[in-house]
Amino acid sequence: MEASRGNVQSAEQRAGMKKTKKTDKKRSKQDEEAEEEDQPFDLNSKAMEEDEDDDDLSDSEDSVYSGLEDSGSDSEKEEEDGGSDDANEDEQDQSEQSLVKESKKKEGAGEEKEMKKEDEYDHDTSDEEDIRNTVGNIPMEWYKDFPHVGYNLDGKKIYKPIRNKDELDDFLEKMENPDYWKTVHDKKTSSDIVLSDEQIELVNRLQRGQFGDVNFNEYEPTVEFFSKDVLIHPVTNRPADKRSFIPSLIEKEKVSKLVHAIKMGWIKPRRVEDDSRGRFYDLWASESSSILAKHKMHLPAPKIPLPGHEESYNPPPEYMFTDEEKALWEQQDPSDRRLPFVPKKYPSLRQVPAFSQFIHERFERCLDLYLCPRQRKMRVNVNPEDLIPKLPKPKDLQPFPTTQSLVYRGHSGLVRSISVSPSGQWLVSGSDDGSVRLWEVCSSRCMKTVQVGGAVKSVAWNPNPSLCLVAVAVDSAVLILSPALADKQVLLSSERLLTTQQEEGPSEESQTVVWSETDGEELNQDIRLKIQHPKAVHQVTWHSKGDYLASVMPDHSSHLQVFIHQLSRRRSQNPFRRNKGLVQAVSFHPIRPYFFVATQRSVRIYNLVKQEMTKKLQANSKWISSIAVHSGGDHVICGSYDCRLSWFDLDLSTKPYKMLRHHKKAVRSVAYHRGYPLFASASDDGSVIICHGTVYNDLLQNPLIVPVKVLRGHVITHDLGVLDVTFHPTQPWVFSSGADATIRLFT
Amino acid sequence: MGGLQKKKYERGSATNYITRNRARKKLMLSLPDFRRLCILKGIYPHEPKHKKKVNKGSTAPRTFYLLKDIRFLLHEPIVSKFREYKIFVRKLKRAYGKTEWSAVERLKENKPAYKLDHIVKERYPTFIDALRDIEDALCMCFLFSTFARTGKCHVQTIQLCRRLTVEWMNYVIVSRALRKVFLSIKGIYYQAEVMGQLITWLVPYQFSHDHPTDVDYRVMATFTELYTTLLGFVNFRLYQSLNLVYPPKLDSKSELELKEENEDNYAMNSESYLEKLSALSSSLARVVSSEEEEEAKLDQFPVEGEDMEKMEAREKEQKLLETQKKIFEGLKFFVNREVPRESLAFVIRCFGGQVSWDKSVCIGSTYDVTDETITHQIVDRPNVDKQYMNRYYIQPQWVYDCVNAKILLPVEDYFLGVTLPPHLSPFVEEKEGDYVPPEKLKIMALQRGEKPAQQDEEEEEEEEEEEDDEDEEEEEDEEEEAEEKNLKKMEEQRSQGKSLQVKVTPGKVKAENPARLELEEKAEEKRLAIMMMKKKEKYLYDKIMFGKKRKVREANKLAAKRKAHDDAEKAKKKSRK
Repeated sequence: MEASRGNVQSAEQRAGMKKTKKTDKKRSKQDEEAEEEDQPFDLNSKAMEEDEDDDDLSDSEDSVYSGLEDSGSDSEKEEEDGGSDDANEDEQDQSEQSLVKESKKKEGAGEEKEMKKEDEYDHDTSDEEDIRNTVGNIPMEWYKDFPHVGYNLDGKKIYKPIRNKDELDDFLEKMENPDYWKTVHDKKTSSDIVLSDEQIELVNRLQRGQFGDVNFNEYEPTVEFFSKDVLIHPVTNRPADKRSFIPSLIEKEKVSKLVHAIKMGWIKPRRVEDDSRGRFYDLWASESSSILAKHKMHLPAPKIPLPGHEESYNPPPEYMFTDEEKALWEQQDPSDRRLPFVPKKYPSLRQVPAFSQFIHERFERCLDLYLCPRQRKMRVNVNPEDLIPKLPKPKDLQPFPTTQSLVYRGHSGLVRSISVSPSGQWLVSGSDDGSVRLWEVCSSRCMKTVQVGGAVKSVAWNPNPSLCLVAVAVDSAVLILSPALADKQVLLSSERLLTTQQEEGPSEESQTVVWSETDGEELNQDIRLKIQHPKAVHQVTWHSKGDYLASVMPDHSSHLQVFIHQLSRRRSQNPFRRNKGLVQAVSFHPIRPYFFVATQRSVRIYNLVKQEMTKKLQANSKWISSIAVHSGGDHVICGSYDCRLSWFDLDLSTKPYKMLRHHKKAVRSVAYHRGYPLFASASDDGSVIICHGTVYNDLLQNPLIVPVKVLRGHVITHDLGVLDVTFHPTQPWVFSSGADATIRLFT
Repeated sequence: MGGLQKKKYERGSATNYITRNRARKKLMLSLPDFRRLCILKGIYPHEPKHKKKVNKGSTAPRTFYLLKDIRFLLHEPIVSKFREYKIFVRKLKRAYGKTEWSAVERLKENKPAYKLDHIVKERYPTFIDALRDIEDALCMCFLFSTFARTGKCHVQTIQLCRRLTVEWMNYVIVSRALRKVFLSIKGIYYQAEVMGQLITWLVPYQFSHDHPTDVDYRVMATFTELYTTLLGFVNFRLYQSLNLVYPPKLDSKSELELKEENEDNYAMNSESYLEKLSALSSSLARVVSSEEEEEAKLDQFPVEGEDMEKMEAREKEQKLLETQKKIFEGLKFFVNREVPRESLAFVIRCFGGQVSWDKSVCIGSTYDVTDETITHQIVDRPNVDKQYMNRYYIQPQWVYDCVNAKILLPVEDYFLGVTLPPHLSPFVEEKEGDYVPPEKLKIMALQRGEKPAQQDEEEEEEEEEEEDDEDEEEEEDEEEEAEEKNLKKMEEQRSQGKSLQVKVTPGKVKAENPARLELEEKAEEKRLAIMMMKKKEKYLYDKIMFGKKRKVREANKLAAKRKAHDDAEKAKKKSRK
């Protein structure tokens, strides 16, 4: 009974076990299905299950399955830590535990039963074994240092096998045990399991990616349920949906929307292919002028210039570039080139290549047409001859000097200054070689040479015809020469003037300016008086009466720049209290008591009687070099170092009436003729320009200025040309002295 | 004082102009659309006279449009088309993005298109206006018709351009309007006189284009869009004026002739007609089939004096023109395959010649090489294997030079293997003082009916004479110099002191040339007067004179170069002898 009971029990147990197993399996199946994608073995395991379902009755198959699952779970555990495995594991544990219980029971139970059980477990390495260890899914390394590997269901320690295998044992076993290759170590229980042949076969199949079941045919012929042929019988026997009999609401809505859109003109009906683009007709059939004429601002685009000979494929040889021209062309910026291409010559038409810039040029033209701002430019269509002012012919304005007739040679340095005697018979010149020479005008004979021992800056012949005196500026002294080149009466009168006793008026000027009579050697040389100045004298000039004499000592810092000396009383005076700029030149008014002082930029006119400034003329030039006053006294000309000559009409304005830019270089000297309406300017460019300057008594008529002659003759030395120019007092002759140590007379 | 203070830049030129950006904003267009509109409507920027005033005191560089122009653009119906197109593109993009292919198709079918007819009419109110402005259109269409039918622009555009240019060329042939042809390194220039307007256009040589990358083809395409429309209407009108059928149809006679050939294997049916037309070898069908109309002769009006002379000159010109139109009449040309066929066929047919080519070169050849009546065969290779006795073998330049010279030039200079005489530009009209190349002089002499040999001799004589003149002048100069030297010496001796030996040498009689003296005097007078010029006028005068001098200098340079070249050639010849 017992046995039967036991049997029954065991059967019950088994049945129960099977049930649990089944439920477990179902669970696991679900789990596995849930993560189908992740698990590589899912298909196989399913197949296993199928197998198992099929052979439910035999236990052996069960065991096979469990073993499989074991190995499978082992491999899985390493790969992933999914939740499903936990469930598996739990289940395994449970089964293990139950197994242990059973075995304990069995020990106490009958032998028969035991035998049977033994039999059963001999080959059955079912999953119940695993339940023995309750540590769960943990890395077993954690138990490395302990003697046990976990706990059984009762909480007792499961000990490791007594003797741990070391490497050597392992090796030995490897060598000796023929089943070593199919032995798998179970870490949980730390026991070795030898795989059976079927299991190995299964593993191999799985590794090859084949189905676990040998009998499964992967390539069964497909049955096409849904083909193009309409069959009499439905594939499924499902009745047709209701919606297939009812008109669709959604569709209706869509159609109504389209209809609405067409009605509203949102959707246009399909267009007929429009062929009218390439179709032309007589556009100008009714040429009506009523069309708004283009507004007057319209500028038609200029046409492309027509090609010249140089563009030909076979141009005349003269149009080809030389090497230099080609190099120049290549150097130039494309916008600077006169020709946008290099002319080329081809011996025949077939050798002409395509022009690489063709599309470029067309494109440029397009850009020009719509991007380039247009502006109407009035081309000046004047005859250049019409621009030249109509002046009276120089022929009609004669007399004026035209040709060089005499050259006075003798000086060895540049001749700074010249002056003509009032009679017009004698000429005095002062040079840098330290000599003053007296010349006879008509014969160019040097009458006298006076060595003054220093560079002569300026000479001036006394304009009084009843006197014969020459003032010479040397260094810081002004010498009065009496050259004795006149008749006796004149000589007498000048002698008288020189010998008059001076008034000893103690004045402050007398301290700065010292008058002294010369003697000895100097007297022999006709030097009669010496007026010693504090500084270097640059210019001397006489008053027209011949008694007064002005000297200039340009100096930035002091007011002692100009002295006016009275010869008859041997008295000097400084008319200015204040320094008004660097004085360049001074001049006396020929008739009235006025005094002209030219500073760098302007000319001041002082009234000597009232002792006040009457006018200040703005020269509009940078640096005045010289000044000359017209014999009428109403006109002044100024030469300047910036190539200009300015003519002032004192009645008109303080600004120049005319600026003449005839010279290429600095104007050194200017001069008026005393009688003829002529004036001359001498410049560093080596030329003397004679201009006709008629002055009218009528106040309404402005002076007429006409250049009449350019006189050349002086050689430019050391960048200096003509240094001084002066007119003959009566004849229309002009004298000029230059840096080439000559004096020339032009008649 | 009273009154409101006037504000700056609220009246006058500042209000007449508008900057580009402001114009764009006013029109509510994107920059490319604005550009397109400007191109189509012919609106261009204006350069104001006082830029600073217009720019409200700023000197920043800006482009200005006339406000009136922009206002005028506001009413343009095409602007709305542009906007429609913009929306179309947006919808299409969207449909593509959503992969709604049906929508894409529907949209594409309804692609907004615009016509330019009204713009052409507006820009060119009369036909003559259109003709005056057709040069650019022709150049552009000829260029586009040579493009490959891939990439760069639409095939339809290229085809349309080709069609229009062929129509134009056919018209020029029928009306015999061609006047001048010039082979340049860029391409071939043609000048035709259509309705009294001289129209010049440039055709590139037949090569595939090396498309530059820095060219905006959209701009060119927009221009072409306008130009094709313009040219189409002009062509229509021109064909109408000659009673020709438009679109052009071949004469029924010549059509039959052409049909005989095996045309099926030549091209697609649709294209072959255009090809036949573009062969330029056959005459066109007329609406009214009338044979050569009598040219209306100028009526004689009784005139007097100057008008009479003018009249005569005009008549003479007319006669010359008539002869020029017929220079190739009666001549039969055969064009070898290495020669640009289209250009030569065009030119020869324009002047009344008959032309044909090898059958394999192009459709439309009318006779073979073996034809005995051929008078000229145009060849561009060093020699020809099989030569026929009764025809000239000439290089293509002969045809063009004949056209430009308006006479048949002697063929000797243009035989095979001969170094060609330079090809001169017929567009250069030399004024007095300009450099005239000797070849041109030769042609002018030929035109006058002189014989070339005499001319050569004369030239040489002239040259010699000139040389003599120069020699004389030089001698005179030398004499003067010598005299001066003598004078100087004497002066020096004089100044040296008393030790000089006074010697009286018999003075030479100085032959004064009164004419020369007078000239010198005048020159000096002028120089002096120039000195007295005002600054402004002087500047202008200098500028004018600079230009004149440069012209003279250039002419002299060319002459000198030519002389050097000729001398070198002569020396070569001599050394060879």
